[in-house]
Amino acid sequence: MPVMTYIEAIRKGIWEEMERDDRVFMIGEDIGAHGGAFKLSAGMQEHFGPNRIVDTPLAENAFVGAAIGAALMGLRPIVEMQFADFISTCYDLIVNYAAKARYRWAAGVPIVIRGPSGGGVRGGPFHSNNPEIAFVHTPGLKVVVPATAYDAKGLIKAAIRDPDPVLYFEHKLLYRRIKEDVPAGDYVVPLGQARVARAGTDISVITYGAMVYVALEAAEKLAQEGDGVDVEVIDLRCLVPLDSEAVLASVRKTSRVILLHEDTRTAGFAGELAAQIASDAFDCLDAPVLRVTAPDCPVPYSPPLEDAFLPHASDVIAAVRRSMAY
Amino acid sequence: MATVTRELGSRLLSTMKLMRELEHRIENLYRQGKIVGGVFIGRGQEAISAGSAIQTLPEDVVCPSHRDLAAFLLRGLPPWMVVANYLGRKDGPTRGRDGNTHLGALPLGIISFISSMAAIVPVANGVAFSFQYRKQPNVVLCYFGDGATSRGEWHEAMNFGAVFKLPIVYLCVNNQYAYSTPVSRQMAVEHITDRAQGYGIPCQLVDGNDVLGVYEAAQKAIARARKGEGPTLLECVTFRMSGHSAHDQAEYVPKELFEKWQKKDPILRFEKHLLEHNVLSRQDIDDVYSKVQAEVESAVTRAEQSPYPDPSGLLEGVYASAE
Repeated sequence: MPVMTYIEAIRKGIWEEMERDDRVFMIGEDIGAHGGAFKLSAGMQEHFGPNRIVDTPLAENAFVGAAIGAALMGLRPIVEMQFADFISTCYDLIVNYAAKARYRWAAGVPIVIRGPSGGGVRGGPFHSNNPEIAFVHTPGLKVVVPATAYDAKGLIKAAIRDPDPVLYFEHKLLYRRIKEDVPAGDYVVPLGQARVARAGTDISVITYGAMVYVALEAAEKLAQEGDGVDVEVIDLRCLVPLDSEAVLASVRKTSRVILLHEDTRTAGFAGELAAQIASDAFDCLDAPVLRVTAPDCPVPYSPPLEDAFLPHASDVIAAVRRSMAY
Repeated sequence: MATVTRELGSRLLSTMKLMRELEHRIENLYRQGKIVGGVFIGRGQEAISAGSAIQTLPEDVVCPSHRDLAAFLLRGLPPWMVVANYLGRKDGPTRGRDGNTHLGALPLGIISFISSMAAIVPVANGVAFSFQYRKQPNVVLCYFGDGATSRGEWHEAMNFGAVFKLPIVYLCVNNQYAYSTPVSRQMAVEHITDRAQGYGIPCQLVDGNDVLGVYEAAQKAIARARKGEGPTLLECVTFRMSGHSAHDQAEYVPKELFEKWQKKDPILRFEKHLLEHNVLSRQDIDDVYSKVQAEVESAVTRAEQSPYPDPSGLLEGVYASAE
């Protein structure tokens, strides 16, 4: 099995889908000759031509709208947001046009909007956001948040083949830091199936994206530091559709839960998970549901500030100890 | 001016009249309390959608806005379905999920607009892009009002359409008011064409109350798009002979303007042309009109027979069903 980085896995998934289906094309800023800001599409325009790796003016409304129109006509566009932060500029087309079209007039909009999200790379307030929650809260959209290279490839393929609009938020910190065996051939990771990233018995950490690695780091430290706590880590993979069963099954098993995300706190995804756990697994809980998230502030640039903003393994460990003390 | 055949003259006239009478009936249904949502009509603007959409081929696509009813009808949407949509009935094209002409029908080549009016323009570009992508010799007619041209989505889409040389015709229905806002408060230039020229799009000012003028301008623009020569913008100058919607009395519009534009009524004007050029006789015209009246009545009857949607279907169609 070839070893691949997270970004290579996404690229490979797109490449294979473009070979498999000539309705699939990619559109966005600087993705052609330049190969994209993160080089995800380097060399793709040479192979597929400028009609399928489509460079556009710097205008998100224009190319997201074009992708929606093309999708209505049966094509399968993949839109690259150069940075996920910029998705706010075309919010109207995504939430008012794409998300509501099937419900309103039975017109499917099979687009994938993908791009780098997340902090930890000193990107500052406009290149570090985690904008997923606005779209989680928009019925009609699906939201994918891969953590591993294996999932990055399998989920992008599932997203491209999906008949509904899918937002696929890559974590830019993982692009070249995560490297693992990824099958060379065709496989799909179905949307809406969470993954047990680490099996454990005492407490569940439910998370997604780059925070999966923070949770795993915390789990290993807790195992080594004589706490005697066996942590289970659940990687959600998708926020919509949500694998609620996997979340509840883990909580029922461990009776304690930490909800971890890099997005800011208030009305973040942890709030929704907490509500589901409280209503459907209340009887199983031995401790309050705890959240570990970024605080309610923009993502700052300067290293000591950004480090203070991002959740770390030490924050997860503190929350685990607090929960275990009940 | 183009010579009009009997067939074309009669189709144009009957389409405009059908739009006028159907919308008139829809306003009455609103006043009777049978239509509970917004009613947006294009009285006085019928020549624009009729004179352009009548030239589309089956594989072409139209993206009409809410005052372009003739485009929906010319693509084959049955009038009763329009009424059923207004009434919120199960058999309307949106099955009660949306009202007025917020509707689309892919098999008929009608793409739905949404309330943030300029959003349709980049989406229409995408349809045109799909024709280019598939090397299909088809065109898109995209309609929007003067108000929509102030929004960023419109400007981005104009630029994109020009850069990609898309096979699309942009039809600006300049009815001089966006809700209560006059064009003078919308832009510092005089015409929409002044805006579009900046994007490198050939433009033409058209008398939007002259159906043959619209027809000719659209004919050229469609031919240009079909040949792969890129988009054209037609600014069709007209006047909204109503409020923004049925609840709006439009007190903000000077009365003289309604009086002035009443004299330019596109249907009466075309009637006169047909009579003067011996295309249709008075009797022919009356026959067309009585057919239209019968069509409107049967449309309302059929729409009212359609039941309301069953609330058990509330969640259907948010996503594709898992099959």
